[in-house]
Amino acid sequence: MAKEISVDISRVGTEAGQSETAASRTRNTCPRCDSHYREEEMVANLRVCAHCGYHFPVTARERIVQLTDEGSWSEIARELHSADALEFVDTRPYPERLQAAEQQTGLNDAMLVGSADIGGLPVALAVMDFTFLGGSMGSVVGEKVFRAAELAIERRMPLVTVSASGGARMQEGVLALMQMAKTVAAVDELREAGRPYISVLAHPTTGGVAASFAALGDVVIAEPGALLSFSGPRVVRQTTREDVPDDFGLAESNFRHGHIDLIVPRPELRDMVARLAWLLAGGNPYRRPTLIPDLGAQRAMGRILGGARRRITDMLPDRDGA
Amino acid sequence: MTAPERPRRFLRRRGGDGDAWHAVELARHQDRPYTLDYLARFCDDFVELHGDRAEGDDPAIVAGLGSFRGQTVAFVGHQKGRDLKQRAYRNFGMPRPEGYRKAMRVFELAGRLGFPVVTLIDTPGAYPGVGAEQRGQSGAIARSQLLMMGLNVPVVACVIGEGSSGGALAIGVADRVLMQQHTIYTVISPEGCAAILWKDAGEAKRAATALRPTAPACLALGVIDQIVPEPGGGAHRDHAKAADMLGDAIAAELEFLDTLPPLERRRLRRQKFERMGAFLE
Repeated sequence: MAKEISVDISRVGTEAGQSETAASRTRNTCPRCDSHYREEEMVANLRVCAHCGYHFPVTARERIVQLTDEGSWSEIARELHSADALEFVDTRPYPERLQAAEQQTGLNDAMLVGSADIGGLPVALAVMDFTFLGGSMGSVVGEKVFRAAELAIERRMPLVTVSASGGARMQEGVLALMQMAKTVAAVDELREAGRPYISVLAHPTTGGVAASFAALGDVVIAEPGALLSFSGPRVVRQTTREDVPDDFGLAESNFRHGHIDLIVPRPELRDMVARLAWLLAGGNPYRRPTLIPDLGAQRAMGRILGGARRRITDMLPDRDGA
Repeated sequence: MTAPERPRRFLRRRGGDGDAWHAVELARHQDRPYTLDYLARFCDDFVELHGDRAEGDDPAIVAGLGSFRGQTVAFVGHQKGRDLKQRAYRNFGMPRPEGYRKAMRVFELAGRLGFPVVTLIDTPGAYPGVGAEQRGQSGAIARSQLLMMGLNVPVVACVIGEGSSGGALAIGVADRVLMQQHTIYTVISPEGCAAILWKDAGEAKRAATALRPTAPACLALGVIDQIVPEPGGGAHRDHAKAADMLGDAIAAELEFLDTLPPLERRRLRRQKFERMGAFLE
């Protein structure tokens, strides 16, 4: 790795006045250290703060670009739409909420599924998008997980999921609850067929998604700082009046308690998924995955990547002493 | 149809807020029979098994073996308490991961020795506590479902009160899922839903209507297979009769499931859940 790191960041907050800080905050301002980035830097940095290692949220589309080999992504089940079986109305009718989310995100629901290569290894990939109704799981997400598992079985590939979800989608009522069992059934099929499953948990993975397929990976990987819990800290505080620790439900806490295998910073995620997919497939020495430095598509980010990688690794909990 | 028409049509068809909320109140009635009340009437020789063999014993879930209509059956159910002290002891029927791990231990035992599994669902949800999270609440709920999905023995689940959230479904993956007449099955408690969508827990009645948690609604949505009748006015009016009716329904389901070859039964169970949901393509 490069010893010299030159990262172009303009810091906002420490030097500047408070009011200016508030005014100039954008979605590319780090909430932890107030560093500010241009959009190109964010993309090149995989939306990781090069200064403090904070992982910004990533949309499903961008996650697919980050993880997969250029041009290898092929989407399936693209046309699935939620049917509003309950004719659910809260402060707005559910179809209106869906429509607004579709317009805002350009997605049909909170997950994209398809096949792709990661480091040259074909995988079935399911990626959630938190910007679509909080990444909530309704009938469409359930069906997509199921189809991704079927694709993995049919084409003898591993399944990789990337979760980011507030939980089950309330507007689909008990049908949303049943998607938990449905995705569990999909994992059961996968296991019966002898296909491996890698589950990546991004911030946040909570509720019904945390307590169904996302928890059942043969290997479970989390991004640093991700909230991974069944109940969120606010609910815990309100219901139990317990003192909630600062690191409640975070990836680091889950790692300490033995619920996840690895915390992998985003710049290393692609390589780790590729390596695991390869090992889980038997580790054929003639089909080693191609790791990042060799990939033309991601070569350009190399310099900045090095900085992020080093800093994030420094922040990680001590894996031996944890 | 334009959007503003929707709420009106919705309420007309659903008959207002009353129905669903009435079901919620009956499902939570403090005199309703709980799991141990049913088990005492189902079998006179029920032996409760304790502990998850790792952390502790969760009183919010009871599990054990009993002789039910001529054969050993493994029972698992949520347990609420009736008086103040019991309610606190049972943690209001909200299980911790130890509870689900105890359930899993008994599911595994039943599968190995060939006993049918019967689960009784009655919980406001899994316990949202710091310790419960640290000991792996989500993983326990997910793994319990996975274990049930793969059991080679007949599995019948019945909602006997509140079936709320993943805490309920964790023991609800079955070949046949029943609901008693005056119970609810829902993704989240009406109060929780109201707090999130209306930002006001006081809107629980409207949330209850919108969530459609009643037994007829769940049957129409394909989530359950059968509604088990209750004595007039509700199960709390006559525990003995309610237990007879529930026992008969469970026995009939077990008898039917016994006619299926184990692998076929397992395949059908999985398929049943894989077909749940409503989407357009």
